[in-house]
Amino acid sequence: MKGRLHSTLLYVLLTIAAALILYPVIYTFFMAVMSPEEASAYPPHFIPHSFHLANFTEVFEIVPIAAFIGNTFLISGLTMIGQLITASLAAYAFAKMEFKGKNFIFSMFVATMMIPWEVTIIPNYLTVRSWNWLDTYQGLTVPFLATAFGTFLLRQFFLQLPKELFEAARMDGCGHIRYFLFHVLPLSRPALGTLAVYSFLNMYNSYLWPLLITNSENMRTVQIGISMLEFQESTSWNLVFAGTALVILPSLLLLVFGLKQLVRGMAAGALKG
Amino acid sequence: MSELNKSMGLGTRSRHLASSKARIRTSSLKIQRLRENALAYTFLAPSLILFAVFMFYPMLKSVYLSLHSTDPAGNVAAYVGLDNFAVLFSSGQFLQGIKVTLLFALLTVPAGILLALVLAALTHSKLRGMRIFQFAFSLPMVLSVGSSAVIWKFLFHPTLGMFNYVLSLLHINPVPWLTSPDWALLSVAIMTIWMNLGFNYIILSSGLQGIPDDMYESAKMDGAGPLITFWRISMPLLSPTIFFVTVVSIIGAFQSFAQINILTKGGPVNSTNVFVYSIYQEAFVNFRFGTGSAQAIVLFVVILLLTMIQFKWVERKVHYQ
Repeated sequence: MKGRLHSTLLYVLLTIAAALILYPVIYTFFMAVMSPEEASAYPPHFIPHSFHLANFTEVFEIVPIAAFIGNTFLISGLTMIGQLITASLAAYAFAKMEFKGKNFIFSMFVATMMIPWEVTIIPNYLTVRSWNWLDTYQGLTVPFLATAFGTFLLRQFFLQLPKELFEAARMDGCGHIRYFLFHVLPLSRPALGTLAVYSFLNMYNSYLWPLLITNSENMRTVQIGISMLEFQESTSWNLVFAGTALVILPSLLLLVFGLKQLVRGMAAGALKG
Repeated sequence: MSELNKSMGLGTRSRHLASSKARIRTSSLKIQRLRENALAYTFLAPSLILFAVFMFYPMLKSVYLSLHSTDPAGNVAAYVGLDNFAVLFSSGQFLQGIKVTLLFALLTVPAGILLALVLAALTHSKLRGMRIFQFAFSLPMVLSVGSSAVIWKFLFHPTLGMFNYVLSLLHINPVPWLTSPDWALLSVAIMTIWMNLGFNYIILSSGLQGIPDDMYESAKMDGAGPLITFWRISMPLLSPTIFFVTVVSIIGAFQSFAQINILTKGGPVNSTNVFVYSIYQEAFVNFRFGTGSAQAIVLFVVILLLTMIQFKWVERKVHYQ
């Protein structure tokens, strides 16, 4: 009886907490389907009384949100693929190969984790500008193609692969490249998946760098585009929220499908650090 | 060679043969090792080149720029030594910025961790439906600062916003969330706590899951209630995780930018002008790259110190185990 009361109380508490935490997100989706009058009505409505799916098509007409979404998916995808390639190569070298200066180079990788990205932003901006990379996809992606975090994550995973596997492959005359491509990578799908989700989200959500180096409307990313929506006098709240709902939807889907992977990645980060 | 071998007799010849075989083996080993070295560096090259261009070189360039004055195009005008730093530390605005950042960390870090800890502890049971709550509490993590700030900006709206409407239902006067210097930093902090909740919650939850079940069982056998169990068992075992989350949160507070830029733009009257926002202003609005870089170096030193403290702590922890 007492246990029953306890768990009921727990559920009530958790439900209230969940409602409060989810409220800003629920509010976004509610506002996104309100009519313009309802969205700016006072008192504000907690629950929409109208259902305007047309907001979503209208937001595509007033801002190039399709271009924003396209850009963001492109740069996030490119960065993700780039990070998977550079990190898995470097991680393999650290985990499975012997070479001169291994310790020194490894400590250089550690050092990069100590440099906050914001500290290098002024010279990086000047570099990218001097290469005429402002407003380009390479300017948005190339600085982020290598990651020490990803390298450590994958190295840890590669080290856990059984030694016998490597020896057996060696006996069959398998060199490093073949072993890496056809044995290590296929076996490391969970770790690669974690890094993929992690790097895609990071890039999808990035704000400061795209803000600095993109100027033209058709190069903007969603995060910048969406924060500019509210400055347009003509747009109304319901459209701003329709745009925001579209922007946060992919991340929410990623959370649904990738929560486990993400948690694993972050736990690895926590253990490491 | 062969004549020499003949005169030396069978024993030495075979010995000689063996040693030349060994020599061939060592030289092929050497080639193999060389090849492995070359291959390893090929594997490392993409990362190393990118780090060199976008991390190490900029780091040095930041130091260089911080010792120079620049023209608005970013070209170096003159060597000024430590003048940029002297200017920073004698300007009230920079010191005010440090104060704001520290206050921001103080407002966001303890509250953010405490809240996440409570939620992690409450969801750390095997009751049904906990996965839904775990999902709900992790959710803010995947939302970007950019879109979250836009959402919160409307929640904070002085007349039409939901917060002031709810307050009016409770007969409380409207709060000037983002428009008053007294409230703005607190408002940004509330939004930031919400935003950080997902990460803190996930890390603390997985920390709790790492504590072996039999510890709890033996505590239960000894008749300890849930609160005592939490204080005596969970908290001490969780302390490294809490420490990690604390350091990461403080570093995060020192790096906040997007929510400031969208919600308040550093205002009103610089009341939310945190570190990175002020670097952004100095370099990319006022085009003073020298003093901007000097601020960046100060930020680097602060974050480096925090990171080193964390590593020291981890080392000590490992030592005591």
